[in-house]
Amino acid sequence: MFDSLQGQNFMVVAVAEESRGAERARPWIEQSGATYWCLIDPDHRVAALYGMVNVPQCVWIDEAGGIVRPPETAGSTDHFRRMDLATRTLADEHAAARIAARAAYLDAVHDWVRTGRHALDASAVRQRLPRWTEEIALAHAHFRLGVWLRRAGQAAEAQHHLDEASRLHPDSWNIWRQAADLDEVGKASGPAFWARVQALGDRAYYVPPDLEGLPG
Amino acid sequence: MATILSDHGDVTAIATDGLCLSPADVERATQWTLKPGGLCRDALCVPLQAGMLRDGRIDVAAFWRHLGNPVLSDDSGETWVLGTGAADRQAALADTAAPDFTLPDLAGVPHRLSELRGKKVFLTTWASW
Repeated sequence: MFDSLQGQNFMVVAVAEESRGAERARPWIEQSGATYWCLIDPDHRVAALYGMVNVPQCVWIDEAGGIVRPPETAGSTDHFRRMDLATRTLADEHAAARIAARAAYLDAVHDWVRTGRHALDASAVRQRLPRWTEEIALAHAHFRLGVWLRRAGQAAEAQHHLDEASRLHPDSWNIWRQAADLDEVGKASGPAFWARVQALGDRAYYVPPDLEGLPG
Repeated sequence: MATILSDHGDVTAIATDGLCLSPADVERATQWTLKPGGLCRDALCVPLQAGMLRDGRIDVAAFWRHLGNPVLSDDSGETWVLGTGAADRQAALADTAAPDFTLPDLAGVPHRLSELRGKKVFLTTWASW
């Protein structure tokens, strides 16, 4: 996407929410050959500042530094929930719908960069901003301490704070999955993850962005 | 020595009696400055409550809670988080200006979001997990 928008006064900032640090993100970044900013965020500071709860989530920012679309799902969809867990495959129709949704989202980004379409005014942005609670604010503090203690080798005490963060902010997949990954690589997409996704019932894992022309 | 984690980064300082710091260390850790009117940041000054200033040192944990922010410490009392409360988080987004941050790239070179003023920016997150 970035390559096709070169020369459009446009920049991508891709933030890796990686509490294990830069070395964990390195293979993906190097393989992508990205020429845009690829930043490392071990403490999930960007998620805390913007109230993000999952990856990938994105924010569109205009030339004046104003948010014109608050955090929303960046191209991913819930089709993965229909995956056959035994074979790890997705039926063709769902796979195609997933690809189409991603393409439509990228088209919307292109439209915005070229014409300004899809940018929201300040009052619409404000209406869609995440709502902070004291529990969420405290959850981020516990997460911060848990990640620090983990890095300091105090795994048991770290776990207590990471658990507390998830309990206080159960909607944050970032907190839960990062904690699972710190506990054991692979756990963030293991059986406990799938059980948690299943427990969502009718609720979305990737809430679809409310973008004109995109499937809801 | 205590380690203090906040939105301004990680700071190490000599702490006594919980999280009582010298005014200079308070400023390093929190960017609040001791003035005759209390602790001040930009144009805002918040008077210190009774007991917050003891022998020339400031009880930052008490002050931080007084501001409505979360405060946590580890079991040993050596590591502290001075968190950001819900009201401040909401206020930081309310004017719809993108909150600024500085983060390193793979080579450790810091990049600041606001350096990109004048361009449209697609800020996105991802993770290996």
